[in-house]
Amino acid sequence: MMDPRMLTLLGVVTIALIAGSAIGELMRFTARSDRGRAFGDNLRSRMLSWWIMAAIFIISILIGGTTTVILFALSSFLAFREFITLSATRRGDHRALFWAFFVIIPLQYIFVARANHEMFTILIPVFAFLMIPARIAAAGDTGEFVGRMSRIQWGLMVCVYFVSHVPALLTLEIAGYDGSNAILLFFFILIVQMNDVMQYVVGSLIGRTPIAPTVSPNKTVEGMIGGVVSSAAIGAALAWATPFSVIPAACLAMAIAWMGFLGDIKMSAVKRDIGVKDYAATLPGHGGVLDRLDSLTFAAPLFFHVVRYFYVM
Amino acid sequence: MRWVCAMLVRLLVGGTSRGHVACDEDRPRVYYANHTSNLDAIVVWSALPIHCRSRCRFVAARDYWGRDPIRRWLSCRVFRAVLINRRRPCKGDYPLAPMLDCLEQGESIVIFPEGTRSADGDTGEFRPGLWHLAKRSEDVQFIPVWIENLSRVLPKGEFLPVPVLSAVTFGEPIHMQPNESREAFLHRTREALVTLRGNAA
Repeated sequence: MMDPRMLTLLGVVTIALIAGSAIGELMRFTARSDRGRAFGDNLRSRMLSWWIMAAIFIISILIGGTTTVILFALSSFLAFREFITLSATRRGDHRALFWAFFVIIPLQYIFVARANHEMFTILIPVFAFLMIPARIAAAGDTGEFVGRMSRIQWGLMVCVYFVSHVPALLTLEIAGYDGSNAILLFFFILIVQMNDVMQYVVGSLIGRTPIAPTVSPNKTVEGMIGGVVSSAAIGAALAWATPFSVIPAACLAMAIAWMGFLGDIKMSAVKRDIGVKDYAATLPGHGGVLDRLDSLTFAAPLFFHVVRYFYVM
Repeated sequence: MRWVCAMLVRLLVGGTSRGHVACDEDRPRVYYANHTSNLDAIVVWSALPIHCRSRCRFVAARDYWGRDPIRRWLSCRVFRAVLINRRRPCKGDYPLAPMLDCLEQGESIVIFPEGTRSADGDTGEFRPGLWHLAKRSEDVQFIPVWIENLSRVLPKGEFLPVPVLSAVTFGEPIHMQPNESREAFLHRTREALVTLRGNAA
């Protein structure tokens, strides 16, 4: 009944999760130093969150269609809320924020669910960008105007617009790939998350050269290259599940990995600017919803538009 | 109904509870908080440990919460609020009496000593009610409660909420010292509340 490609991907994810949990437990019991034990504890809480996130995501994928869109709409809502909570907004932003939360976010995902590509591409960069400054100006407080306007707009771009490109993958009409878009979405998420993990693992093992020390001191050139290379390998290995042949699959996976890295760095810069380490404490070991979505934000629109350009008639 | 409302509000604004809430022993307490939004009382109430909630009531201004049937229904029926007169009472009408009755019956109360919502999120001067309350009920603990971000959720004069995450920080209990003057007590309690703001960040 279920697509064998989907079953195999599910198997891959389950094995990766079991491996991660096993390593965490092993480190907790064998670690000699406090640092090692702390690492094991951290990995354990991270893995628990991973299991829950994977379960929620996979269930929504299996139920299909609108459920996945709703899941990402909720994630956008929570992420935007974390972003706004930490941003300096003023009394005069109140009405604009109400519109953003309760009108723009639902509308964006309604257009995604209805596969209305034109509207979902312009709703935020055109309509929301016209409306938000106007609403703030109408409220009368002009202090810090450009900063306040940009914060809300950028928050909408990152938390809503970029993220909504993930479920939008379900609406692409790719020749010879009918009804399999859920697998494409799964492929994308798998690459983004594995890139995060591999970057971290390779970086901790052999990382020497900081790549952006003022933004994200733990990121290294070695880790970044390790992430891109292993993503390419995973992408090539999973090419049979996608509409791409091996070389394009590897290239797309590399692009996803590179964009994931940039998205991550960018969200770290935002956090530095605000002066916090994590956006919230919703997911144990990970921080907030926005901390988990950071690498996805840049990768999703790029992947969506590249696939759309080359593979959609 | 109260519990449903509390759940909805927490879903909307988070309302994470921070700091130590000492309510193991059953004695009345006065939770006093900064006042920035109409949602303040319900958020403080729902941040309390579950077993303390049923013995805790809100104090609300009669001239605001008793003005029309909807607000009356919300405040009296749903939230069992203690309505008091904010304006200068007539002779013989003692505005603190309903609160003292509550404390005598062993119920805790949530009050906002500034007397009104602050427009800019700053903490105003405390009204003397807190001191009168302390003078007349000696063994009552006063617990400062700092409410963060609710002014951004539902500012004064707005009707529609914005779901910014809020947090509630409980401070250490305060007792009135013997012969403490009004100014000293009000200053001390206010300082305790404002300090929580610094710690909360």
